[in-house]
Amino acid sequence: MSLTHLQRLEAESIHIMREVVAEAERPVMLYSVGKDSAVMLHLAKKAFFPSPPPFPLLHVDTTWKFRAMYELRDEAARDAGMDLLVHQNPEALEKGINPFDHGPLHTDMWKTEGLKQALDKWGFDAAFGGARRDEEKSRAKERVFSFRSANHRWDPKNQRPELWHLYNARKNKGESMRVFPISNWTELDIWQYIHLEGIRIVPLYFAAPRPTVERDGLILMVDDDRFPLRPGEEPQMRSVRFRTLGCYPLTGAVESTADTLPQVIQEMLLTTTSERQGRAIDKDAGGAGMEKKKQEGYF
Amino acid sequence: MSAPLDPVYKTDALIAEDIDRYLDVHQHKTMLRFITCGSVDDGKSTLIGRLLYDSKMIFEDQLAALEADSRKVGTQGQELDFALLVDGLAAEREQGITIDVAYRFFATEKRKFIVADTPGHEQYTRNMVTGASTADLAVILVDARKGVLTQTRRHSYLAHLIGISNIVLAVNKMDLVGYSREVFEQIVADYRAFATSIGITDFVALPISGFKGDNITTLSPNTPWHSGPTLMAHLESVEIDAAHDAQKPFRMAVQWVNRPNLDFRGFAGLISSGTVKPGDAIRVLPSGKTSTVARIVTLDGDLAEAVAGQSVTLCLADEIDCSRGDVIAAAEAPVQAADQFEAVIVWMDEQPMLPGRPYWLKLGTQTVSATITEPKYQVNVNNMDHLAAKTLELNAIGSCNIATDRRIPFEPYAENRELGGFILIDKMTNATVGAGMIHFALRRSDNVHWQATDISREHHAALKNQKPAVVWLTGLSGAGKSTIANLVEKKLARMNRHTFLLDGDNVRHGLNKDLGFTAADRVENIRRVGEVAKLMTDAGLIVITAFISPFRAERDMVRGMMQPGEFFEVFIDTPLAEAERRDVKGLYKKARAGQLKNFTGIDSPYEAPAAPELRVDTTAMDAEAAAEAIVRMLIP
Repeated sequence: MSLTHLQRLEAESIHIMREVVAEAERPVMLYSVGKDSAVMLHLAKKAFFPSPPPFPLLHVDTTWKFRAMYELRDEAARDAGMDLLVHQNPEALEKGINPFDHGPLHTDMWKTEGLKQALDKWGFDAAFGGARRDEEKSRAKERVFSFRSANHRWDPKNQRPELWHLYNARKNKGESMRVFPISNWTELDIWQYIHLEGIRIVPLYFAAPRPTVERDGLILMVDDDRFPLRPGEEPQMRSVRFRTLGCYPLTGAVESTADTLPQVIQEMLLTTTSERQGRAIDKDAGGAGMEKKKQEGYF
Repeated sequence: MSAPLDPVYKTDALIAEDIDRYLDVHQHKTMLRFITCGSVDDGKSTLIGRLLYDSKMIFEDQLAALEADSRKVGTQGQELDFALLVDGLAAEREQGITIDVAYRFFATEKRKFIVADTPGHEQYTRNMVTGASTADLAVILVDARKGVLTQTRRHSYLAHLIGISNIVLAVNKMDLVGYSREVFEQIVADYRAFATSIGITDFVALPISGFKGDNITTLSPNTPWHSGPTLMAHLESVEIDAAHDAQKPFRMAVQWVNRPNLDFRGFAGLISSGTVKPGDAIRVLPSGKTSTVARIVTLDGDLAEAVAGQSVTLCLADEIDCSRGDVIAAAEAPVQAADQFEAVIVWMDEQPMLPGRPYWLKLGTQTVSATITEPKYQVNVNNMDHLAAKTLELNAIGSCNIATDRRIPFEPYAENRELGGFILIDKMTNATVGAGMIHFALRRSDNVHWQATDISREHHAALKNQKPAVVWLTGLSGAGKSTIANLVEKKLARMNRHTFLLDGDNVRHGLNKDLGFTAADRVENIRRVGEVAKLMTDAGLIVITAFISPFRAERDMVRGMMQPGEFFEVFIDTPLAEAERRDVKGLYKKARAGQLKNFTGIDSPYEAPAAPELRVDTTAMDAEAAAEAIVRMLIP
């Protein structure tokens, strides 16, 4: 019996999660409600069955996610029998930081700072993240166990070598690890696995008529009445779906009629633009946007 | 653009026609991990970029960015520079080299591939070994214009060392030698002669051009003399090592004990070899306890069988001791356990290996304390010569003996990568400083037995009517250690305590006169003093030592040798400026003048204790008061 690529990937991810639970003092799983988080959560259930995953879920919230994401988030945590911790950066909340008025500051304060605050607040020393190496160039070089200094910085030139299945999770007080159990999965692997395992994902991944406006080359969904319409802008119903999910004012939709998983996968395989293309974040600071953000502590 | 740009795997007709069947086909793909090794100009990044491009892993937006980048910083004139697709970090874009291991992904109809892209630079043996450790296959790139180079030999040796049996010799840039069959065959002959000499018995040689696309996915009309396969066809069909692992005896290192309630106890782990079924007899190592497998538990229901490469949870029929670090193995073919080994070590840290210093050793799921001997030899990776060596520097490879502080289950690396490969971790910095592969266990550990004696250490201590102890004074040269130690011993003698003072300078006149002041010799100096102090506590004595003992790791090692509660670390804390001002022996002056090398505080570090039993601040307390404080700590 020869294992398939998905079986090998699944086994590797489960192995990684168990290593963290065995070696870290206070692990946590960062849960962003997207498809990668959904797969990661599913793998965690498998890794520790019949026990529930022995760590909480943490959602670093920006208050600007799609409404459908908040709904699934709460249900998914309940189904898994896990505690759900939600953190919103109080300073960003107080200043009313939003993606319309504040540009890059929005990501910096809600996500980068918010994440650091949350990890410090609960004293987590290992945080699972759903990042994949095929997403972006600097991720391709990051370790599975990614060591962070006491002020959460990533040093790409000083990473620990990872050999065989041996992960070095030792650290001094105050230091922490970000752990990426699905590092070696590709976008297609994720979709195939969701299909094969029947994993529940946010309906936004499937096409449906949604109120949208077209702005700066992106199709944006008007998910609630906080969306400031520019003069002359009128939300139009378009049949759209999303390839990635983030803050709704920053996430571009694609026009589509794919409303089943096989159709979504079909479209993905036939499409000609990469997954992160709909996201504004990579375009800051030239090609090195993500690498720079990661050094500062962004996931 | 003159480079051929017709991706063969562009779109599978099945995707558009019958997505369900396509998904079914693709869910049954296997996975191959491989590495590409080559020197800076061998066209490695270009080849990987080409594989991604030809298997349709490059999207239009990436292609647009690539076209723009190619014009801006590319090295291929007006043509696409595929290397820019894979050279990720900003720093390397500037330098034009790959600086670390990067992982790339592509898939065809038959397989998913993970490529470890490892740099070919001189100083990066570490990265290649890391990338190779999980690879099933290695592609060794050779520039057709240059032939087999020193780097080619080094990469091949490392791939062989790490146990990769599938080697592809890719003779690249064939377009630049006019697709000459003679050139290709000469390179293959040269390589074969070398490969055979280091034990590589088989390899596949391919004439390719990563830049032009020859023999990558389709047979090239430029090389009619090459009957195949193409690189892609070979990658798609080569047999994967994991398939062999399933044929070997069953082994699983226990990662985690799953205990949701009193009625369930499962042992979670990744099966490293063999198969397992309910009813199989197993043995737990190192304890040797036996039982049978009751269930293989998963979220999707119990399994009738599980194989190498799967992560499972096993329930056993009997309540036997088994915890993280143990290995569950087939009862009739268990693994060995030992505490002394011969191993090949690859050093991966800027700080050289220190023979005698304890490091953490992680093998399978167990982490133990281990010390390494001086290398028996170091390997020159350019010509495979054996060289004499006292230590291993960054990127050095050598054969050493290793002693662990307890018996651990293992297998020789040649038989099982997962139970024979280990990493070494610095106890202070927690950095991964080395990797190793076990050859075999040393029989010596079986032949030296502990001789039981009738008069116990408790008996010795009782005769003296005292509790044995080690008072370990540490601090800079000139801090006042010897003076204080002497006063402590005098006070204890007046109290009728049986003591012995081990002084740094005195010991170096006899027991340790063969040792110098290098870091490695300092470690051995302290190890010997620790062993002597231990014998003296067994004899019931109170031992006072006065050694600079600058490294925390060795002080901790000595602490570990003693009975709990018998080791008292006393930090004689004198600021460097103050010690240098006193300079009783005139040593600081010599060190400053460059006449004395490796002098602690000047050109060799002093690592202050983090949590000593007592800290003596000599700027606030004189020697008499310090001695009094130490005695009060010992005899409250």
